[in-house]
Amino acid sequence: MATRIGVLALQGAVSEHVHALENSGSQVSLVKNIGDLEGLDGLVLPGGESTMMRRMMDRYGLFEAVKQFAAEKPVFGTCAGLILMAKQIEGRKGPHLSLLDIDVKRNAFGRQVESFEADLAIKGISDHYTGVFIRAPYIKSAAANVDVLATYEGHIVACRQERFLCCAFHPELTSDPAMHRYFVQMVNESR
Amino acid sequence: MVQKGTDRVKRGMAEMQKGGVIMDVVNAEQAKIAEEAGATAVMALERVPSDIRKAGGVARMADPTIVEEVQNAVSIPVMAKARIGHIVEARVLEAMKVDYIDESEVLTPADDVFHIDKKAFTVPFVCGCRDLGEAARRIGEGAAMLRTKGEPGTGNIVEAVRHMRLVNSQVRKVVSMEKDEVMVFAKELGAPYEILLQIKESGRLPVVNFAAGGVATPADAALMMELGADGVFVGSGIFKSENPAKFARSIVEATTYYQDYERIVELSKGLGTPMKGIDMSNLEPAERMQDRGI
Repeated sequence: MATRIGVLALQGAVSEHVHALENSGSQVSLVKNIGDLEGLDGLVLPGGESTMMRRMMDRYGLFEAVKQFAAEKPVFGTCAGLILMAKQIEGRKGPHLSLLDIDVKRNAFGRQVESFEADLAIKGISDHYTGVFIRAPYIKSAAANVDVLATYEGHIVACRQERFLCCAFHPELTSDPAMHRYFVQMVNESR
Repeated sequence: MVQKGTDRVKRGMAEMQKGGVIMDVVNAEQAKIAEEAGATAVMALERVPSDIRKAGGVARMADPTIVEEVQNAVSIPVMAKARIGHIVEARVLEAMKVDYIDESEVLTPADDVFHIDKKAFTVPFVCGCRDLGEAARRIGEGAAMLRTKGEPGTGNIVEAVRHMRLVNSQVRKVVSMEKDEVMVFAKELGAPYEILLQIKESGRLPVVNFAAGGVATPADAALMMELGADGVFVGSGIFKSENPAKFARSIVEATTYYQDYERIVELSKGLGTPMKGIDMSNLEPAERMQDRGI
């Protein structure tokens, strides 16, 4: 059976992730309610607004359900998704899902006028990758067991810790399938 | 190589707003209520559209103090409005690092012929449109996001519905056309040919299109999503209602779960009186904001 990956669809760049995952050979479905997680092999937390996604996850119990899902299955977070996965967030009392041993700074590069595209090398994934950074966070520090995959100007912008993958940029806004293929492969290996 | 202000970065910022609600606010307190309710961005204004309507006179860019106050109050993106064609108001807002500028017919136009050359800016712009001609002209000028014009400050959804339906039906029309028919359609719409060709080839608008102008209830927001809006702007509706926090939260949820009707039943209960609203036939031609800057 083909790999089935869900995309958290409360808000944000959902359709772009769906498209990229389908092109990487996965079956894809949207996750808006707890029941939508059933039968999924992996989950993507898309770019968007992390504050909004957290509020919505809290209202109908999706937050606990996603945490339980992540206790066993691979999760890939981009931008806002990365913030949801971090164990520490600068200027915020507690973390959200608290999956990754990283300390992140929100809107770390500044407001929208500072948003940018830059060439990145992503370890084991791509030597030339266009990173699209939109009001992006970066990872201030990562624990020793976190595998740093990419840095930009000395800041960590992509990493992996066991079944968890995250990046500060938006692979869903480029036509380069490398990051999504990598995640689909992670999910396949975990099954 | 690093590039700022590219089309991808400008349009991408709007993609991140999809499925979300952008709320008009006039101070820090309202901005915090909006963020807490789950707004994906706020629009910092001096007055909401229904008050602009009541006040009459010339409506301009907000006092920078208000915009700064809102920027300092929330971590979600902050948008602000410049008058149509007012290059300097837009530059001032860019200098203040607002995240998006709405070149808006809600304010009194500064130029009754030309819009701003939005490609010359690093900050992205959102513009209103009533049909595909307007949509394509604004995209041609560099708008990175669109919204229906609707009829702002009326609490009446009918114009937003008309605009969303018309744009989408014209997109479907251009997509199904033979390539050699596109030029004449461009002429009829007053639309840049290259933009229509792009739409034909990709099968969709190159930027997101939100609903705006007249959204007054959770069901209105869900209706606009049903009709194909990528998200919703709510102006006067929220902070003119009896319980803004509850109202804001209900609009946010109705936008995400727009096809979950049992949920919308619950969301619509006990919201108090929504804004009274204005019937279109009671508006004088001069009072119609949507006819500005076409």
